[in-house]
Amino acid sequence: MGQNAENIIDHFELFRGPEYGEMLANKKCMFEDPVPAEELERVKEWTKGTEYREKNFARESLTINPAKACQPLGAVFAALGFEGTLPFVHGSQGCVAYYRSHFSRHFKEPTSAVSSSMTEDAAVFGGLSNMIDGMANAFSLYKPKMISVSTTCMAEVIGDDLNAFIKNAKEKGSVPLDLDIPFAHTPAFVGSHVTGYDNVMKGILDHFWNGKAGTAPKLERQPNGKLNFIGGFDGYTVGNMREIKRLFDLMGVEYTLLGDNSDVWDTPGDGEFRMYDGGTTLIDAANAIHAKATISMQEFCSDKTLDLIEATGQEVIAFNHPIGVEGTDRFLMEVSRLSGKTIPASIAKERGRLVDAIADSNAHIHGKKFALYGDPDLTLGLTAFLLELGAEPTHILSTNGGKDWTQKVEALLANSPFGKGCHVYAGKDLWHMRSLLFTEPVDFLIGNTYGKFLERDTKTPLIRIGFPIFDRHHHHRYPVWGYQGGLNVLVKILDRIFEHMDATTNDISKNDYSFDIIR
Amino acid sequence: MSEFVDVEAVKARNKQMIGEVLEAYPEKFAKRRAKHLATYEADKGECGVKSNIKSIPGVMTIRGCAYAGSKGVVWGPIKDMVHISHGPVGCGQYSWAARRNYFVGTTGVDSFVTLQFTSDFQEKDIVFGGDKKLAKIIDEIEVLFPLNKGISIQSECPVGLIGDDIEGVAKAKSKEYNKTIVPVRCEGFRGVSQSLGHHIANDTIRDWVFNKLGDKPARFESTPYDVAIIGDYNIGGDAWSSRILLEEMGLRVIAQWSGDGTLAELESTPRAKLNILHCYRSMNYISRYMEEKYGTPWVEYNFFGPSKIAASLREIATHFDETIKEGAERVIAKYQALTDATIAKYRPRLAGKRVMLFIGGLRPRHVIGAYEDLGMEVIGTGYEFGHNDDYQRTAHYVKDGTLIYDDLTGYEFEKFVEKVQPDLVGSGVKEKYIFQKMGVPFRQMHSWDYSGPYHGYDGFAVFARDMDMAVNAPVWRMTKTPW
Repeated sequence: MGQNAENIIDHFELFRGPEYGEMLANKKCMFEDPVPAEELERVKEWTKGTEYREKNFARESLTINPAKACQPLGAVFAALGFEGTLPFVHGSQGCVAYYRSHFSRHFKEPTSAVSSSMTEDAAVFGGLSNMIDGMANAFSLYKPKMISVSTTCMAEVIGDDLNAFIKNAKEKGSVPLDLDIPFAHTPAFVGSHVTGYDNVMKGILDHFWNGKAGTAPKLERQPNGKLNFIGGFDGYTVGNMREIKRLFDLMGVEYTLLGDNSDVWDTPGDGEFRMYDGGTTLIDAANAIHAKATISMQEFCSDKTLDLIEATGQEVIAFNHPIGVEGTDRFLMEVSRLSGKTIPASIAKERGRLVDAIADSNAHIHGKKFALYGDPDLTLGLTAFLLELGAEPTHILSTNGGKDWTQKVEALLANSPFGKGCHVYAGKDLWHMRSLLFTEPVDFLIGNTYGKFLERDTKTPLIRIGFPIFDRHHHHRYPVWGYQGGLNVLVKILDRIFEHMDATTNDISKNDYSFDIIR
Repeated sequence: MSEFVDVEAVKARNKQMIGEVLEAYPEKFAKRRAKHLATYEADKGECGVKSNIKSIPGVMTIRGCAYAGSKGVVWGPIKDMVHISHGPVGCGQYSWAARRNYFVGTTGVDSFVTLQFTSDFQEKDIVFGGDKKLAKIIDEIEVLFPLNKGISIQSECPVGLIGDDIEGVAKAKSKEYNKTIVPVRCEGFRGVSQSLGHHIANDTIRDWVFNKLGDKPARFESTPYDVAIIGDYNIGGDAWSSRILLEEMGLRVIAQWSGDGTLAELESTPRAKLNILHCYRSMNYISRYMEEKYGTPWVEYNFFGPSKIAASLREIATHFDETIKEGAERVIAKYQALTDATIAKYRPRLAGKRVMLFIGGLRPRHVIGAYEDLGMEVIGTGYEFGHNDDYQRTAHYVKDGTLIYDDLTGYEFEKFVEKVQPDLVGSGVKEKYIFQKMGVPFRQMHSWDYSGPYHGYDGFAVFARDMDMAVNAPVWRMTKTPW
């Protein structure tokens, strides 16, 4: 018996003992009807080859291990960025349990959202009564300043009319007539989580700016000198938003962050649970119409939102999740141009420190081949940074990327000698990536937690950057934007490279000679 | 001090507390929620709550859906089958590899538990239907995963709304490939919680596995000691630390449902002499069916904590001859030293600590004994998706004055914990961080907070260690500023 009260072992070690080993071996051969070992080995090797890769890439209908989630997840993300706002998801209740769990597993924080809990009768008769009752309960219990309504695929398939339903709920007295209830249709079978973010952000601005669904006069834009900033769906939102505020404050820019999740997903452990914390105030959201311009950090998260904003007469600028020196340069120079504020020497110094760090360390990255996957904007930002470091991106994949994304990535690659020989895969999944890593191996892989399955299969060391990160803690607290953020990403990459060097140079008396203490 | 010293005071507090939370609801819903909140009255012998009723809209219900009950719980752990999340991408994504159903196998080659297979429905699939796509998906699975033993089709909401005929596709493809292909109508809008998904999944095993067996020959010779573990999902290895005890007492476990399970094991189960059922809620249906159809008796058991483990081993042994009865005693004796040492180490650190639970399946009652073995008291408990028969069974576990809550809403949970100030809360990931911020120690009791196993004697030691590290962590001293 392996268990001992003085040294209790759990699942990591317990089942490695001989009793369990024998038990599991016996289970397998007696009862599991296992595939014969030779056949298993043959098929396993076959899945690594080029023939398999061809069959894998010939897939038309089956998706395996996609690197994307559905619209409603992004909807909840966007809604939570506003002061006192309760995301209200109209449709089946299981979906909301999933979004809340998904975010909590990434941020290690509570995520509050409610569902209208539609069931079979709602499928037949529509979800109006669920909306009316749900609004009444949600408002009574949680006293939100705003309720942001989005949908699940169920409500979309049966065609519920959110605008009419919300009016109806107000008329029935479920909530005060003047409660702000923006809404967005966010069908799970269109786009991905980044689309849901865009739709809800647009819905909220549209609500405040364009007459609150016919219940208030439309706002007249009276331009001021402020800048609006939209972060987009971002697993690093806690660190990133704070970094952006710091940079804007250093520059003396007057700004409004539209959708600021940095406090609601980082509340203190001081004895009090804060369901709402921070976020863009509703007044600021309304007044954002008057801004001089809006900067979006993620183009593919804000397509429709920027159209809406541009139509008011504002200038709109979209970036692709800039990471590193040149991306941050362009971002800050645009901020400077639009705000009329100069970039202070202190920020130039931060830039210099990042450049210095790259100069110190780039030799370890130069010429290394990288595969990366993730959301369209993130992969663009990371690719640009890798090219700055002299790395060679080799496979770039985005399950929710399309033709526009492909063109942008290819343009980026074409601009750098380090981009030669790189292939771009839009709409593909991580099972495609598996074939790529086997047939055209690279040195390192960049992706989210699910990349650990690829790392295990293909032995490609994984650098965890993306969303979700479930199996490492607190990374979301550190920015990846700004020069400071670039430094964080640089260190992440370097740490993994050095760990890999140490782990592959420690075979005593065989190849332990490169096990250096100075690198 | 023990919660149950002055039971009448506790009952009065509970009553007042329930009254207070109900005041926050609109009247109509206060009435509805009132039926789900009560105090256990020993003299009446019942929990006094209604259950398995629709959640009220607009609250933070902790429940999931039928898809979660079928794909996430019952079918997902069957390791040598491919489980397709049929519909849009999200459901499969959020449940991907999240439940820690441990298994041994070559992932992606002969085992598929931690892969996310989805039909990733697009608008055109909603408009024109998804059957052709489904047929194509099955073809592609056959090309890329030739060692799969079977396929299940886990329906997401749209499938049932757009009138797809997944049964037709399953039948045709099953014939074409001579393979088990199981269509499951577990759309998330069906029923009121995960629970209907369990039931639907059980029924599909009946209809598409058992009733298609024909005269398939047995894979092994039967013995008088063949049993099947039903309703253990092998979270953190629970089924393994249970199986080892059954084998040590002389039984032969011919199947695990469904943690680390295989299609072959499902198919062999009708040959068991006894089905032993851990999670009654999710697998009583198929156990009853096997009793009717094959005459296989079933017995519930509880492998949390040494008191319940010993009672269960003896109870299981009553279904067999003296060798097994002796075997049960031998096993209990073998682990006595470990149990004694574990309790000696942790009981002094945990005795008198008060626990509130809100979980699913069997755990709201089954873990109570394990806490009591450590001298702790469960002062409140309830089920996400329990039925009346769960609450009846709970009456045998709880003490007079225990707070009982069904389909507890987030609001109610927070208020109850604020008022009661328990020493430990056990619930899920959605609740964990709320209570930790309030300064209340917490353990996830679905995923074992990424630890485990908790079943069996080996598991009890881990359970004791984990409860101690939660309750007695130094961090809770630092919640308040010292100035």
